[in-house]
Amino acid sequence: MKVLHPGRGTGEVAKLDAPLSFWGGTDLTGHIRDPHHPQHGMLLAGRVVVMPASRGSSSSSSVLAEQLRLGTAPAAIVLTERDPIILLGAIVAEQLYAVSLPVLLLDPDEPRPEGVVTI
Amino acid sequence: MTTLTADEQAMLAGDAGPAVAFAMRIVHRLAEGLGAPRLQEITAAHVDGCLYNGQVNLDFATRLVDLGARVAVPTTLNVGSLDLLHPEIHRGLARDTDTTTNARALMAAYRTMGCAPTWTCAPYQLARRPEFGEHVAFAESNAIAFVNSVLGARTDRYGDFIDICAAITARVPYAGLHRDEARRATVVLDCRELPPELFDDTSGWAVLGYLTGSRTTGVPALTGLTAVPTEDDLKAFAATAASAGGVALFHIAGVTPEATEVRGLPVITVSPTDFGGARRALTTVEDAPVDAVSVGTPHFSASEFAALAALVRGRSDPKVPFYVSTSRAVLDQAADDASACAAAGITLITDTCTYVSSIVDPKARVVMTNSGKWAWYAPVNLGVDVVFGTLAECVRTAYEGQPR
Repeated sequence: MKVLHPGRGTGEVAKLDAPLSFWGGTDLTGHIRDPHHPQHGMLLAGRVVVMPASRGSSSSSSVLAEQLRLGTAPAAIVLTERDPIILLGAIVAEQLYAVSLPVLLLDPDEPRPEGVVTI
Repeated sequence: MTTLTADEQAMLAGDAGPAVAFAMRIVHRLAEGLGAPRLQEITAAHVDGCLYNGQVNLDFATRLVDLGARVAVPTTLNVGSLDLLHPEIHRGLARDTDTTTNARALMAAYRTMGCAPTWTCAPYQLARRPEFGEHVAFAESNAIAFVNSVLGARTDRYGDFIDICAAITARVPYAGLHRDEARRATVVLDCRELPPELFDDTSGWAVLGYLTGSRTTGVPALTGLTAVPTEDDLKAFAATAASAGGVALFHIAGVTPEATEVRGLPVITVSPTDFGGARRALTTVEDAPVDAVSVGTPHFSASEFAALAALVRGRSDPKVPFYVSTSRAVLDQAADDASACAAAGITLITDTCTYVSSIVDPKARVVMTNSGKWAWYAPVNLGVDVVFGTLAECVRTAYEGQPR
């Protein structure tokens, strides 16, 4: 795994089968609210979220940063594609509030993490 | 490692002031995270950080204003959370909350930084729009897809925070869709089985956008279409494709400027049955009375006002509230048609959109729209069910009664 944004976090893996838009697709408690998403209803707060990339609205960075401010964000995000929208949420929350959300990139042939993971 | 020029290093070090240094730090961190070899100069920006999603937006903008930030390139603003021209249309309860105060302060902060108060999600309907090959920093997913695909300008998928940092530094990471190699098609959507009459109405292009967004990843190239889309059609297509999938760039053979060779790419064929299924998927409820109608997502254009005015001229008193969201610029440009719509009892909204503001009655359970993007997001944002139809069907439902 490559570190795209540094930080430390521990949590149970939440594996998403489809890209997710944090804006319109998650709420401030950290649940997936997008009715079209295969993991609709799943709690992401405090978990190591393994996902392909984000999708849709460019307001997703602020929803992620707001979740970081409120303490309802994932513990870490592991992407299979580099994603500027996720990275920005992490960078800005660190600049403003000194909270760190590690963002990592999985190599194409690397196995997906499972169980409880510490980054 | 991202290599910075001497100028960029000086900006990072604070030679151009603390605001530029703060913004450059974010651009540089992002460039490193994206693996960009260098930064790219940009000539214009479109900022969506002015929409209030939470305290973080105001904290960020306030920090920039306090540091003395000014934009270095012409910068337009996306919708905010409030209609500043028609504040009375916001629901009573929402007028005086902290959220409203913060949303207003946020919109003001972006003006303080020198952004133009355009307040529109369709900046490509304004007079000055990006040219072919021009590197820009655009936020707002529909605008990103439109300027990349229809205009051939180059922007990656920017969002809150980086949009204004790019405008302040005139730099973005040289990554994503700024690069030639990322702009080539990766998958073909073969549409030859779809008869052209499916695209007689703009809503057909929204349905095709939904199919494209949900069936493809990467850069789709559409082939086999014989209908020739208008800009309104392309707007509906881009907005729905960007909502239903991560589409930030698409090509349509014979239509968009960068559509080229697609030999050797994987091909997905779409059938009239797929199209019918996609159209039905945009409606979330059957046989329910409609409580309101909302169109203009992305913002209504002058030609859409002309079409709506032709449908409603001479009518009055719609049976349910009928909203049109648009920009101040289009409202000016289409003043006669917009007045005809207002005279027919339609509520005109500027600066914002019905799905990011407190305008629709919270008791409304079912809302009709001709917008694929609105149909995609409103169930979550407003907690309503959606009936998707053509503009003419929206008008018929509003004035003549409910589809049962």
